[in-house]
Amino acid sequence: MIVINAKNISKTYNPDKVPVHALNHVNLEIKKGEFTAIVGPSGSGKSTLLNIIGGLDVPTEGTIELGGEDISKFSDNELIDFRLKHIGFVFQAYNLIPVLTAEENVEFIMLLQKQSEKDRKARTVELLTKVGLKDQMNRRPSELSGGQQQRVAVARALASKPEFILADEPTANLDSHSTATLLDMMANMNEKEGATFVFSTHDQRVIDKARRVITLEDGKIVSDEVR
Amino acid sequence: MLLLIAWRNIWRNKRRTLITLASIGFAVFFACIMQSMQLGSYERMIENAVRFYTGHIQVHEKGYWDDKTLDNSLEVTESLQTKLSGEADLSAYVPRIESFALASHGTLTKGVLVNGIDPIKETGLTDLQGKIVEGQYLSTPGDIMIGEGLSTYLKAAPGDTLVLISQGYHGANAAGKYRIVGTLKFPTQEMSAQAAYIMLSDAQYFFNMPNRATSLALLLDNSEAVPGVKADLTSKLDTAVYEVMDWKELMPELVQSIEIDYASGRIMLYVLYAIIAFGIFGTFLMMTNERQYEFGVMLSIGMKRRLMQGMLLLEIIMLAVLGVVMGIIAASPILAYFYLNPIHVGGEMAQAYEKMGMEPILPFSLAPEVFVNQAQVVLVMTILMAIYPLWIVGKLKVIKALRS
Ligand SMILES: Nc1ncnc2c1ncn2[C@@H]1O[C@H](COP(=O)(O)OP(=O)(O)OP(=O)(O)O)[C@@H](O)[C@H]1O
Ligand SMILES: [Mg+2]
Repeated sequence: MIVINAKNISKTYNPDKVPVHALNHVNLEIKKGEFTAIVGPSGSGKSTLLNIIGGLDVPTEGTIELGGEDISKFSDNELIDFRLKHIGFVFQAYNLIPVLTAEENVEFIMLLQKQSEKDRKARTVELLTKVGLKDQMNRRPSELSGGQQQRVAVARALASKPEFILADEPTANLDSHSTATLLDMMANMNEKEGATFVFSTHDQRVIDKARRVITLEDGKIVSDEVR
Repeated sequence: MLLLIAWRNIWRNKRRTLITLASIGFAVFFACIMQSMQLGSYERMIENAVRFYTGHIQVHEKGYWDDKTLDNSLEVTESLQTKLSGEADLSAYVPRIESFALASHGTLTKGVLVNGIDPIKETGLTDLQGKIVEGQYLSTPGDIMIGEGLSTYLKAAPGDTLVLISQGYHGANAAGKYRIVGTLKFPTQEMSAQAAYIMLSDAQYFFNMPNRATSLALLLDNSEAVPGVKADLTSKLDTAVYEVMDWKELMPELVQSIEIDYASGRIMLYVLYAIIAFGIFGTFLMMTNERQYEFGVMLSIGMKRRLMQGMLLLEIIMLAVLGVVMGIIAASPILAYFYLNPIHVGGEMAQAYEKMGMEPILPFSLAPEVFVNQAQVVLVMTILMAIYPLWIVGKLKVIKALRS
């Protein structure tokens, strides 16, 4: 099943002044259950692509179908709602609401989804246990290491049971040990929960774990290999 | 959860929050004290004026207030008296006759304002007895008390006899001889130079109007009861025959001067609040700007703008309410203390007060208005200032926010 279908996507920043062609006619299909890395040099358009796929930004040209729906026609409010229901996000850092504990951060997204308290509590504990942070549940982000924060962010992204999770350089701020832990955990979630991951990275060790690697250069896909 | 987030958010920067709270609190504190003094002095002025002469409410024959002649006097009937005494909040009612007469002593003559009063009831209302400077209070028919100024003008002292001439009810001739028993001091020169008091029964006889009075002044237990009693009397009495007026209608100049003074006080307060508003606005701006990235994340994961605005508004309202509560808590013991132990003024101020027949004190008020006003102003002000941060959230671009 195709969850992401990007057709002929182009993105030009500053079209009036000094145009920057961040993406050039990109076509991309992502199927359910994939574990895909988007790689490429700095400035090649990785973040731009992920933002457009996630409905955070709009392409200058082309269409995005997510789960069969064309999101380019959505209003701002509909997009927010769509993201809440169908997409999980993990950013490079500072993903969490600083005044909430790990537990509350994970629960918050389900609260936005209006899930029942019982379901929320159960799933929060389940997810935090899976990411190995059951004992740190009541800590605030500032009391967690960068790696732990990223794991909470993954738990939160999964909590809403999204169709896919987008992670823009989730390991960029982590040391090699935390990177390995986070990657193992993501791979684990991919296998056990069947969660679809699309993440961007520079890190060779992260690339090695991916099962599909898409390489971008100057806003174009130059290779797409499935391992 | 939103409430929890908002609450924790305001304590993220403790120092800034405390400074903001302190500035709101200070403004509220200062404003409470100022308004308490203002309202306290108005209450005192009204109380004085009411006590000094008018009473809280007056009942007249219909048309008397516009045309104060004896022909517009009312008959003090049994049924009228029963209706008045039936009022729960009434503490006393005082019948009076007021009219003009010529007073002469020897070769000197002067127009005087003759007041026919019930000596005991009158002093209960206006403490007339306390205004005696020489001689004694009215006690037997044939007595008259006059203002100091009048006494000087007529060269008449207690023990002397005054002759009064006037026109009575329905044009009857009026003439009588009265023995001066006392002289009185008054706050104004004008009153001192023309006031004369005789017994009500003497006045009724003199003006040839038995059992009649020009006005009935009602003193109530407290001024809050005025609207109720007025409404009740208006419905009980035949309004084709009687007019019922409260002190506001009886003393429109006083009401107006209080309003002007109050308005100028408010302008001062608004200036104070405006100054403080800048500080608060700065806090709101910082609260919003330094959290752009966080807002970006919230929008990304699916938090609606409305909800984020709700959260910010909660934070802002919590700050405002906390500040107001702090200010009120700080001000109330002080106000309560000065309410119970008013500040005594000294020196020239005291003399000026006494001249006006007022106690030389600075009274404070504990009226709920004092506090409610501040809460209202601060809330309205903060909500107005909240518009900008809310607008920022409303048009925030996710991508831009995430790059900040
Ligand atoms: N808001 C923007 N305005 C103008 N140009 C932009 C903007 N965002 C990105 N760009 C440009 O678009 C191109 C692609 O940027 P993008 O952030 O997608 O690259 P990236 O592959 O994520 O790089 P990195 O690995 O450094 O994160 C770059 O040349 C960048 O300078
Ligand atoms: Mg990037």
